[in-house]
Amino acid sequence: MADMKVGAYLCQGCGLAERLDIKALAAVAQKEGKAQVVREHEFLCNGQGVAMIQKDIAEEGVNRVVIGACSRRAKVEAFHFPAAAITRVNLREQVIWSQPDTDEARELTQEMAADYIRMGCAEAKKTAVPVPNPAAGHNKRILVVGGGVTGMTAALEAARGGYDVLLVEKEAALGGFAAKLFRRVPFAEPYAEPQDNGVASLAAAIKATPRIKVFLGATTTRTSGAPGNFSVDITTESGPTVTEAVGAIVMATGFRPYDARRLPEFGFGASPLVVDQAGLEALARAAGEKGQAITRPDGKAVKSVAFVQCAGQRDASGTHLAYCSGHCCNTSIKQAMYFKDQNPDIDTAIIYTDLRTPGNGEDFYRSAQRKGVIFTKGQVAKVESAGDGLTVHFHDLILNDEAATISNVDLVVLATGQVPNSGVNIEAKPAEGADANVPSVSVLNLTYRQGPDVPQLKYGFTDSHFICFPYETRRTGIYTAGPVRRPMDMVQAIEDATGAALKAIQSVESASHGRAVHPRAGDLSYPSFRREGCTQCKRCTVECPFGAIDEDEQRYPLFNEGRCRRCGTCMGACPVRVISFENYSVDTVGAQIKAVDIPDEFSEKPRILLLACENDAYPALDMAGMNRRVSSAFVRTIPVRCLGSVNMIWITDALNSGYDGVMLMGCKHGDDYQCHFVKGSELANYRMSKIDDTLKNLNLEVDRVRIMEVAIADIERVPTLIDEYAAKIREIGMSPFKGF
Amino acid sequence: MGDQNTSMVQKYRNDFLKEVEANVEEGAWVKMCMQCGVCAGSCPLGPAWEHPPQEIFMMIRAGRREEVLKSESMWMCTSCYNCIVRCPRELPITHIMHGLANYAHRLGLAPKMNPTRRFAKIFWDNIAKSGRVNELELSVRLYFMDGFKAGVLKGLAMKDIGIGMMKTGRLNPFGLFAHKGCKDIKGIHKMLKKAYEIEDRKKGFVA
Repeated sequence: MADMKVGAYLCQGCGLAERLDIKALAAVAQKEGKAQVVREHEFLCNGQGVAMIQKDIAEEGVNRVVIGACSRRAKVEAFHFPAAAITRVNLREQVIWSQPDTDEARELTQEMAADYIRMGCAEAKKTAVPVPNPAAGHNKRILVVGGGVTGMTAALEAARGGYDVLLVEKEAALGGFAAKLFRRVPFAEPYAEPQDNGVASLAAAIKATPRIKVFLGATTTRTSGAPGNFSVDITTESGPTVTEAVGAIVMATGFRPYDARRLPEFGFGASPLVVDQAGLEALARAAGEKGQAITRPDGKAVKSVAFVQCAGQRDASGTHLAYCSGHCCNTSIKQAMYFKDQNPDIDTAIIYTDLRTPGNGEDFYRSAQRKGVIFTKGQVAKVESAGDGLTVHFHDLILNDEAATISNVDLVVLATGQVPNSGVNIEAKPAEGADANVPSVSVLNLTYRQGPDVPQLKYGFTDSHFICFPYETRRTGIYTAGPVRRPMDMVQAIEDATGAALKAIQSVESASHGRAVHPRAGDLSYPSFRREGCTQCKRCTVECPFGAIDEDEQRYPLFNEGRCRRCGTCMGACPVRVISFENYSVDTVGAQIKAVDIPDEFSEKPRILLLACENDAYPALDMAGMNRRVSSAFVRTIPVRCLGSVNMIWITDALNSGYDGVMLMGCKHGDDYQCHFVKGSELANYRMSKIDDTLKNLNLEVDRVRIMEVAIADIERVPTLIDEYAAKIREIGMSPFKGF
Repeated sequence: MGDQNTSMVQKYRNDFLKEVEANVEEGAWVKMCMQCGVCAGSCPLGPAWEHPPQEIFMMIRAGRREEVLKSESMWMCTSCYNCIVRCPRELPITHIMHGLANYAHRLGLAPKMNPTRRFAKIFWDNIAKSGRVNELELSVRLYFMDGFKAGVLKGLAMKDIGIGMMKTGRLNPFGLFAHKGCKDIKGIHKMLKKAYEIEDRKKGFVA
């Protein structure tokens, strides 16, 4: 670019001037980095220092700012210059703080700093000032799919936040599963008595909110677009299909009970006296409406009830649900109270293996004990008809009695778990497609090339990560809340709905400014590709973890910038390297790799490239520096957005230009992944598994490239890994590729 | 006492938990146990119990009446109160153990040869007689609890301590005959009789 002007600013504060020869670094920036403006400042991040940079941008026309000071994670607000592309050179955390403060170490520390200045200047010349996504969608309406407690809460919360809402419910009335409940587990002090299910008041609040438009008996039959710009077909059973524009989607499609017919050992189906929790709610509702006591289905009075917890749940054999649904213990406690409140002489026994009462359920549990509900720790083996009633056979786990029984039971209630209504499992292999646990009717009917519904995480629940990124699915702008996301009770679902509504609001706001949503919230850069170079290999469209890339009519990739999370996985995937971001591309990193000064083979100064994930590995390195953990001075670190964005050319380039080793540090992958971009580290691992052949072709040892999993808390471990690898490189010897 | 037992069984139609709630000191707490096992783990005599309190509570709920009341377990309690301090549900476990032991004893189901029961009985008879413990008589009765020979042997084993106590005026060798009861023995007896009546009425022992 003709009008490119690089300004390099070196800070002398935080001990930098004492440890480094800043004058010499300025000379490096000027001579080798070719920075047109080079300035030093004793305290760069203070008002004066910032004003100096601002003045240069305004008056000197500096539009590439290289800041040689602290980590890019520090002083972000101070060094925020929207008019320029900013490159941060981490001289503090990862140079002076990670090197010993001794006279002997001075030379290597200075070399390290000089390399980073070279790298920063080289990167700056390859970056451009990001401009917001020109295709930004400005629709701020929020679609909520599912009119249960979660959906209604999400709709109300979004409306209260000042956003218009469309609420789509499949049934003819709002309420979802909660509407089928006789009473609900209490949400308020003293958590002692079952309460009204609360559906009527929620539905009334919806009705009283003009911002919310409700579609009953309706489904979403086609969903396309991107955050801020979704187009949704809503088909009403009895009426026409309408197409509505929305900005974000909250999917709150809830759950259905696990099919108790799959539990013949508990007598379900064989005896009408065995019901599941939903069945008991139906009995209780029917009795409650008539103002009568709950009776057996045959009309006889109930004298004894047994509750079987974990029926078809927490099953290690793989036959039934493997997980705990979280609400069932409290639900059984509530249902036992139905009987105790009716007549304290009715025997109620809850047979559990581990009683789990989340939230304030502990108070509720105590209340039930006070009412005389008997809790028995045991594993139910069989329920069989005996005479006029049932006999429950169980293994009493406290008394270790394998042949314990409760006889003359009038009703047995099975606590079956929650199965999410998550639509089609788009990642299921054809053979698994027939899993009866997971309903296979699409919910959203997305027109994405990756499939019609949001991807599932585990056991059919739709989420990206239960702990790190709740609500966030792998479809940007589409959030899931409630039991479709993970098993939960009503209190949690309400909290979830609020969280998802906030996420949806954040998404429409970010989208309308052309910015990325989480985890790179606020990022303005977005990927573009050089059409002439594209070979239509489709790797980017397949590997994008977020389904952001479709294909156009000519089978070229079609980027939906609004859906993009800016991880760069497409960039790492592209074999012809045509995909780039304004401030992050194959060139920005490639130039840094090449800018490092490689000493000759006999110098005993190896060079190791460390590509560190900016989400976990890089902060861990910074924190190691803050703790003054010393690590090898031969390592040159380049932060990457995600290991998924690492293009193999960087590694071959590095090896060809004489680096002695390459380390990649990324997040944990696999089933319990911690990758912020879900699939990035997994893809990187897959790609790296092929590197050995390349190394052999180059006649290099396989240890010259190593990929490692680190977490953000590995502050002690990261420097150790670096030192171990540096020792390994010393053992292997210097690379034969130096000086070519 | 056997009749008392029969009548209780009939009254509660095997619903042992309700029987315990009604008749055992602090018995209403039994239903509040959440089976965490902290009591069992906290008991210094834990390993010596056949059924730790947690199990006793579960057995009561499971209706194992005979097994509980005939058990030696609750007689193991030394009233150290560790379990009460630690119970997350704040059950007065020590009191329940004593209550169960007492109830079993009243019903005649407590193990006859249990040493704690026998000592407690000797102690109570001793103190109730004169309103004050006659220490020498109590020791002698305790030593000879298991027969004459065992009593002589135990006495010989303890003779040095006994002589020492006599020398320091801690033991009156004529205490067996010279024991002075409290001032108003008749009043004490009257009071105890009334207390028995109240307790019996409360616990349903009145014929």
